Amino acid sequence: MAEIVSLAQAVADAVHDGDTVAMEGFTHLIPFAAGHEVIRQRRRDLTLIRMTPDVIYDQLIGAGCARKLVFSWGGNPGVGSLHRFRDAIEHGWPRPLEIEEHSHAGMANRYVAGASGLPFAVLRGYAGTGLAEVTDTIKPITCPFTGETLMAVQALNPDVAIIHAQQADRHGNVQLWGLAGVQKEAVLASRRAIVTVEEIVDELQPRPTAVVLPGWAVSYVARVPNGAHPSYTSGYTERDNEYYQAWDPIARDRETFSGWLADHIYGETAVHR
Amino acid sequence: MSDGYTSDEMMTVAAARALTDGTSCFVGIGLPSAASNLARATHAPNLVLIYESGTIGAKPDRLPLSIGDGILAETADAVITVPEIFNYWLQPGRIDVGFLGAAQIDKFGNINTTIVGGDYAHPKVRLPGAGGAPEIAASSKEVIVIVRQTRRAFVERVEFITSVGFGDGPGTREKLGLRGKGPRQIITDLGILTPDPRTCEFTMTALFEGVSRDTVRERTGWDIQFAAAPEIIAPPTSHELTALRTFKASEKASE
Repeated sequence: MAEIVSLAQAVADAVHDGDTVAMEGFTHLIPFAAGHEVIRQRRRDLTLIRMTPDVIYDQLIGAGCARKLVFSWGGNPGVGSLHRFRDAIEHGWPRPLEIEEHSHAGMANRYVAGASGLPFAVLRGYAGTGLAEVTDTIKPITCPFTGETLMAVQALNPDVAIIHAQQADRHGNVQLWGLAGVQKEAVLASRRAIVTVEEIVDELQPRPTAVVLPGWAVSYVARVPNGAHPSYTSGYTERDNEYYQAWDPIARDRETFSGWLADHIYGETAVHR
Repeated sequence: MSDGYTSDEMMTVAAARALTDGTSCFVGIGLPSAASNLARATHAPNLVLIYESGTIGAKPDRLPLSIGDGILAETADAVITVPEIFNYWLQPGRIDVGFLGAAQIDKFGNINTTIVGGDYAHPKVRLPGAGGAPEIAASSKEVIVIVRQTRRAFVERVEFITSVGFGDGPGTREKLGLRGKGPRQIITDLGILTPDPRTCEFTMTALFEGVSRDTVRERTGWDIQFAAAPEIIAPPTSHELTALRTFKASEKASE
């Protein structure tokens, strides 16, 4: 049964130096507050997994939390480059960043394989691309029934998945809705899972198309209202588009970024949750 | 471009015209999204817009700011997960048109959105990477690419193949087992390129009004060929321009 704890305690208990960590949320329900808590607790040598690293991983990479990044699209959506991600790959700042690069279809299937207890997934993909040459978790495979050549991608089984959702009940059963991305697969592929939620309710009211994660499939639930900001939570908060735009000049420069970290993550005025 | 519209507007209008009513279109954000929403607002009201965030049949009344914009899910016929979008809808060949942008594209329509300069481990410029594009390029029945034509973007051969067009030329797609037909058009701010049916090399088969062959040559990194008599594309109608500008205004207002 999931323990209902503070975010600080969930991160302290579930995320360790050297862990493989997947924070998912495909443009919606991105677990920003949890990412900030990981930075605040100064975790190091993490292998960070995420389809769209986005601003949240730009912050973790710039803060020096990551040794390796596993991803499929590293941009600031609708704005441009992720400057901390680029600085780490292009110049090794604040430390060199190893990468393992896939396509969205490949990443989604890797989570499905991980959640299914299989060593790999099969897809029609990557044929003829440079990715098949540079990424060693992509290998051709022959179909035993048709003889056709397809592509295998290795399963993802992170140490810990972190996601944000609308609601949990007092037993830690979680319900999320709207664009559901790949969160169910990420949680079920991982050894441990932290879910931050907008609210804890006495009883979950079933909703059409909602994803429900039973409390016994989740390790920790923490109540963090607006925990996806600047991303959004359908039914609760709006996407803060200005934040994404304002991030560009902050992240462009190492000094302004370090100032942002000091003020917004480590500082006394930072929002602790 | 003069006469009250920009070359970017002409490009978006030309791309919208390339979409047929009633077909399904897998849409990337940015230029492809603007063009496909313009198509839906003008000649193709039954165009089915599919975004990789998991929306099928999105009907936004303003331009979405990202593929995860809430308006896509609120107006969609169905909202599904990311594995389903790629595995159940794209991979089996249900999508008529994949609509992609590019950072770099070559004469065989191969797209690079991964690195520019240096090598893969030590790139000079690290681009965002693949996203959904490799499988969109492989499995959509056909592909339309929309990209501004510059010498830096239009190169003889891309440095890294993120998404396959015609690979090395004729026969490559078949050899790789790619089931879609590949890129049908590259729509730029100068005109439209289509693949030569014999060589698979992209040639300039249509030009916007007032665009000279010299301008095209200056802004292309390979020895570009022209159709014997390139079609001259009609400028945007006032209906198209009004619809496009209304979308753009709503995008600004919601920022």
